[in-house]
Amino acid sequence: MRRSMLFLPGNSPNILLNADFLGSDAIILDLEDAVAPTEKDSARILVRNAITSLGYTREVIVRINPVESPYWQKDLQQIIKVKPDMIMPTKVSCAQDVKIVSDYIGQMEEEYGIPAGTVKMIPLIETALGVENAYEIASADPRVTAIFLGGEDFTADLRCKRTKGGNEIFYARSRMVVAARAAGVDVYDTPWTDVEDYEGLVEDAKFAKSLGFTGKSSISPRHIPFINEVFSPTEEEIQYAKDVFECIEKAKAEGKGVVSLRGKMIDAPIVARARQVLEAAEAIKGGR
Amino acid sequence: MIKQKATAGTLESSDIFVEIAPAEAGAGISLDLTSVVYQQFGPEIEAVIYDTLKELGVADAALTVKDRGAVDCTIRARIETAVCRGKGEE
Repeated sequence: MRRSMLFLPGNSPNILLNADFLGSDAIILDLEDAVAPTEKDSARILVRNAITSLGYTREVIVRINPVESPYWQKDLQQIIKVKPDMIMPTKVSCAQDVKIVSDYIGQMEEEYGIPAGTVKMIPLIETALGVENAYEIASADPRVTAIFLGGEDFTADLRCKRTKGGNEIFYARSRMVVAARAAGVDVYDTPWTDVEDYEGLVEDAKFAKSLGFTGKSSISPRHIPFINEVFSPTEEEIQYAKDVFECIEKAKAEGKGVVSLRGKMIDAPIVARARQVLEAAEAIKGGR
Repeated sequence: MIKQKATAGTLESSDIFVEIAPAEAGAGISLDLTSVVYQQFGPEIEAVIYDTLKELGVADAALTVKDRGAVDCTIRARIETAVCRGKGEE
């Protein structure tokens, strides 16, 4: 289960050493914005070695440079051979952007004897065109198992100010969630960028969860416990989900066709939600 | 073959700074290593450096290396980066 994802600069040995101990469900080793153009070569070699040698237990995502840059193919040449869980292509604006990267990942998989389709993708959507094309991006390729909203670049593209209230990204958030769910993939929210404002972070994460986001990313390890808490099912939700299944079993034993719990009929969406809650609870095994 | 002087890495904690320069054919490897953990791990760090150079096919070069407590995968990464840059591959 992936509730939180933590961005970490790819050219910092000290941070890469500690990446597994910062509490996030996934780590995003960044070769893009966190790495100066003069150090791209150095970062991709370091990240490659870190993945090979440090035995990360968290899900490993590598954020590569955009397809318009001269770096993305070199990133994949170094990184695919060590089989990260996912590649995060950046500035993805259409299905073609996904296909180009996926095809190249496929070539690298073949070259290194890795079964085709092993490495998944989580496209970073951070342009107005990308948001408009969110569904075609989410359903462009079987490698895509999630999409991700990058709020900072997106608002720059909209030519508006990024605010804590987030009204300017409300439409993009909603559209991304609908697109992802329609395509059957997960969807992740943009980081909360005020490192010291935990109250704002929790409010923002709760709002993202209420819209349907699977989880949220962060640029600060200190945000991770809050994000994990918000995106974990509560004890009350877990108990209710258990009650739903108990109730169904009981009704079956009694030969009843229609079941109700606490005065409310249990229908297919309620069962589906209960199943999701129990699966999430099982995945985190009480961890927060 | 190392064609030009090149550097890689930083002097930050857990990193290692590598400077590599061309050497005459047959000169072998000359290594000037300083490390904050030289007393404890000097020979091990040197072994990793020599091993990485061998893997990369570098027989002749002059290296100045300043270690700040880097682990093996970082040492290997910074040596490889310096060699690639020294060969003019980047």
